[in-house]
Amino acid sequence: MRKIARLSRFNVASLALGLAFLYLPILILVIYSFNASRLVTVWGGWSLRWYHEFFNDRAMIEAAWMSLRVAVSSATIATLLGTLAAVALSRGERFRGRTLFSGMLYAPLVMPEVITGLSLLLLFVALNAERGFWTVTIAHTTLTMCFVAVVVQSRLGSLDRSLEEAAMDLGCDPVRAFLSVTLPLIAPAIVAGWMLAFTLSLDDLVIASFTTGPGSATLPIRIYSEVRLGVKPEINAICTLVIALIAVVIVIASLASKLSSSQGESVAPL
Amino acid sequence: MAGTMADELPNTHVATKAADGDAVAAGRPLLRIESVVKTFGTFRAVDGVSLDIKAGEFFALLGPSGCGKTTLLRMLAGFEAPDEGRILLGDKDIAQALPHERPINMMFQNYALFPHLSVRDNIAFGLKRAGMARVDIATRVSEMVALVKLEGLEKRKPDQLSGGQRQRVALARALARRPQLLLLDEPLAALDKKLRESTQGELMELQRRLGMTFIVVTHDQEEAMTMADRIGVMKSGKLAQVASPRELYEAPRSRWIAEFVGDVNLFDGESKLRDGHRLVIGTRDAGALVVAEPREPIGAGKLAVAIRPEKVKLSRRGPVSEAGHETAINRLDGVIADICYLGGTTTYKVKLDTGGTLQASVANSARLDVDAYSLNQHVVAWFTPDDCMVLQS
Repeated sequence: MRKIARLSRFNVASLALGLAFLYLPILILVIYSFNASRLVTVWGGWSLRWYHEFFNDRAMIEAAWMSLRVAVSSATIATLLGTLAAVALSRGERFRGRTLFSGMLYAPLVMPEVITGLSLLLLFVALNAERGFWTVTIAHTTLTMCFVAVVVQSRLGSLDRSLEEAAMDLGCDPVRAFLSVTLPLIAPAIVAGWMLAFTLSLDDLVIASFTTGPGSATLPIRIYSEVRLGVKPEINAICTLVIALIAVVIVIASLASKLSSSQGESVAPL
Repeated sequence: MAGTMADELPNTHVATKAADGDAVAAGRPLLRIESVVKTFGTFRAVDGVSLDIKAGEFFALLGPSGCGKTTLLRMLAGFEAPDEGRILLGDKDIAQALPHERPINMMFQNYALFPHLSVRDNIAFGLKRAGMARVDIATRVSEMVALVKLEGLEKRKPDQLSGGQRQRVALARALARRPQLLLLDEPLAALDKKLRESTQGELMELQRRLGMTFIVVTHDQEEAMTMADRIGVMKSGKLAQVASPRELYEAPRSRWIAEFVGDVNLFDGESKLRDGHRLVIGTRDAGALVVAEPREPIGAGKLAVAIRPEKVKLSRRGPVSEAGHETAINRLDGVIADICYLGGTTTYKVKLDTGGTLQASVANSARLDVDAYSLNQHVVAWFTPDDCMVLQS
């Protein structure tokens, strides 16, 4: 049994304040998504009217579907590449320019999104690539890959090298040692990295608006262009749905990482 | 011994066992290290080490940190490849073999238990890789669990175990594959003193019962002395001396070893004179000392006389009753300068009239301190020529 220290009054107050600061705006948004009134700021009673409106808004649904597809595929590619980069940088033999490589990997973390977006746009134009789903996916992969690499690399760094050596000593070749010992232990970080990449892609507006083409707007682009003409309560409904989706992803991810630590030797699902 | 081992513990490495048998029959060592060199950049971590390990031996590699003992061990396990030299196991050169290709297992200093696996799965890990049948794995694991007395903890994860229990799991995991050679990297360093002492005994008993060959790396000389049949002392990548614990202590080959292993009084020699089968060595700090002539001929280098503190006797008036020995006994006058009471023994620091200081360790054989000396008391310190060691710097 773990002992829970009693919270002091100050701790309770700061906890409440912090949580309110984070979640009160979201709570208001969720409540107003059920507003029957046409005016965003006036309460007109409970209703699912705006959800109904959203599901009949073809353009909005298409944008949402587009965003989801981009988020899933870019997060998956970014997780794969980011994990490989992290493993290479922290487990591979020291090579010339390794520091430069890790530095370069992290550059997108601090690069203004406008610059990333513009440079990618120039690249796609130069390559004469048709802008749409794939260009946005590639752009989001470059953005989110470094986040995955950072998360996975920090986990690898805290992992004792002698664990892999012990696995090799007990009869594993290096690949087998990685799969049966290292991978299960870094699985939670990989899952967390995927989640991070997914949410980053889902809410990105700047890079997507640079790299997308006509007829393939993502949800944030769509919402932004709608809001410019005035906030409709429908937007609240969409945002509530996005929040629900992200909450579900987080719950699944944490369940998966919990499972992977109790699962034993078998490889955790990504 | 081989027969009982096979009955009690079927060997996983059946093919190599035959080769091992041949090697023993031909009187060859189980492991032969031949002029092995390992450099990191410009640093020669292991510098031309040659060593034979017999089957069934408990061998300790002892040395200060950075002396290359861990690098040597890691080369035996296969985590480092030597730049030069050969490592023969039986009659196969394994110097360049990968860790998983060697019938050698290692117990890691921090135990390196897999945190995501239970005690049972940790022990079974190597057996699964060896392709053992499920039933056999279960039998072997419960055997191992019983061997290291971990019954009832099989389902626990490593973080639910105490330090001592973790150490046992690591040992069981390393032993489970029945390696021809078990390497132990500072196996007891993480345990507290009492537990360390009892575990030392258990390790020795286990090694004797299994008839297995153990190589342990340690910086703790007491640990090495207690457990090992033979000790190899390493200094700056080289083996300084390989000897039994007794020989290492009573006949160290160099001044450095004498100082590294145990406490010692050292007096630099300035002149030497032969007197029959005795040598008289003139020292600045303790005058002329009579010593037995060493077995190995001494060269032209500088000499030092060394006496272990417990070989020095103290008395108020000198060794009067030792009739017949008078001429040959070294007798030094001085006053007690410092007293250090250690329970079982008391260490006196004697300021000699000749200028030097001498440590004497006296057993506290009586409970009441009738024999104890007090500070500034005049005493005679004496020791026989046979108790002196002649060392070359």
